[in-house]
Amino acid sequence: MSIYNPLPIVKGLWTTLKSVFEKPVTLQYPEDKRVMVTRFKGRHHLRRYDNGLEKCIGCALCASACPADAIFVEASENTDEKRFSPGERYASTYEINMMRCIYCGYCEDACPTQAIELGHDYELSFTDKRTSIYDREMLLDPVPDGKEPTPQAVEPGVFTRSIPDMKDPQ
Amino acid sequence: MNETTGMILEWALKSAVVTVICLTGFAYTTYYERRFLARIQVRIGPNRAGPWGLLQPVADGVKLIFKEELVPQYAYKVAFMIAPILTMAPAIIVMGVVPWGTEANFFGRTIELGISNDLNVGILYILSVTSIAVYGIVLAGWSSNNKYAMLGGLRSTAQMISYELALGLSFLPPIMLAESMSLADIVKGQQDFIWYVVPLLPTAILFFIAVLAEVNRAPFDMPEAEQELVAGYHTEYSGMKFALFFMGEYVKMFSMSAVFSTLFLGGFSGPWVDQVPWLGPLYLLLKIIFCLGIMIWVRATLPRFRYDRLMGFGWKIMLPFALINILLTALIISIFGL
Repeated sequence: MSIYNPLPIVKGLWTTLKSVFEKPVTLQYPEDKRVMVTRFKGRHHLRRYDNGLEKCIGCALCASACPADAIFVEASENTDEKRFSPGERYASTYEINMMRCIYCGYCEDACPTQAIELGHDYELSFTDKRTSIYDREMLLDPVPDGKEPTPQAVEPGVFTRSIPDMKDPQ
Repeated sequence: MNETTGMILEWALKSAVVTVICLTGFAYTTYYERRFLARIQVRIGPNRAGPWGLLQPVADGVKLIFKEELVPQYAYKVAFMIAPILTMAPAIIVMGVVPWGTEANFFGRTIELGISNDLNVGILYILSVTSIAVYGIVLAGWSSNNKYAMLGGLRSTAQMISYELALGLSFLPPIMLAESMSLADIVKGQQDFIWYVVPLLPTAILFFIAVLAEVNRAPFDMPEAEQELVAGYHTEYSGMKFALFFMGEYVKMFSMSAVFSTLFLGGFSGPWVDQVPWLGPLYLLLKIIFCLGIMIWVRATLPRFRYDRLMGFGWKIMLPFALINILLTALIISIFGL
């Protein structure tokens, strides 16, 4: 742009004047929130089957897939009296350090039962390091309506596979 | 109470009111600028403090008051203290000659709206007072004992002196049309004829550009070029002393807009101002807001000019154009016998 040629200046002024009448691209954040795209990777959720059992079988593949080493899983055995998941074992401890997590979604890819999924929740803030660790209870989805919470007592011989079928058990 | 005491009281009150208007004007010019700039940039702008963010300037002011005031160890203290005042004061003093209206009835007393409307050297007064502000800036730059501040001060001085020529010369055509240097007469001339922006459009544009350079606004904000000079002449200033520079710039915008409105946009004149004189200040304020809007709009659009181009523009374009402009105006006036 030359200072001696007023035409581009006038053109620029016209452009900025036009933009005054455009709708603002910014949002009033805490009141209005941006709608996330479907594949947005936010806070993790541990999913349940429709009958209330947890999908996670405590295999810790997510923990080994995690590049940031943010996931800690400890598995315990299921019994028919105290059944958490349809598989042989369940995650008795499941912790994600949200400050280490880079929200890459590798855990989601690694999960054999699609138990862990990255949701749309991005408003994570902590006042100290301890609260940044999300445990099992915080990550688990609520129990579906009318279904028993885990652990459930089930009939012996229904769940025999160590890795369950990847569909809702009947 | 005798007449003299009454007069003194009246003037004191009017000065106080004008000062308050200037300072409130400054505060809300910053708000106006931030909101309008935001709209140009397709944003919303500050709207949290108070309704529509109207208390934002108050919040800014409170923040600046509580800030620490640093004085550099090797600064020349006296000049360092005086500089902000010297920048700020002329900006308000200019408002002294700007007429806000004709005579009005104020609780049974006839007062003149404006401090000294009919000062017969009004224009000269404006020119001389605005040039004092250069001292504030150059003193600030020099006394800070900082190379960036020094460069900013020098640039600003050179720029203001160069553009003051064009500014002074573009004051002339309105004077020629009104045949008076008094701002009240210039407004009256426009009421009798037509707003001078119509016959003197090129002068108005020249004047406006010169004003932009004079108040160091973008695209002529060389003294503060952040990318090169940190913050220019006020690099070493903080707290209320910085606020005074900031205030000086915005009050100057405000008062130069008032001068522009008076010279070219008919000043306080507008419909029914003859019947209701109190409409005068309102009209002038509306025109000031319009001028400020243009300044903000230009700032939002244009990048800063390179320094040599800026000086070249001032001397090679503005000055000859201003001179030719005067010549043409004089010719037209003498041919048509206006």
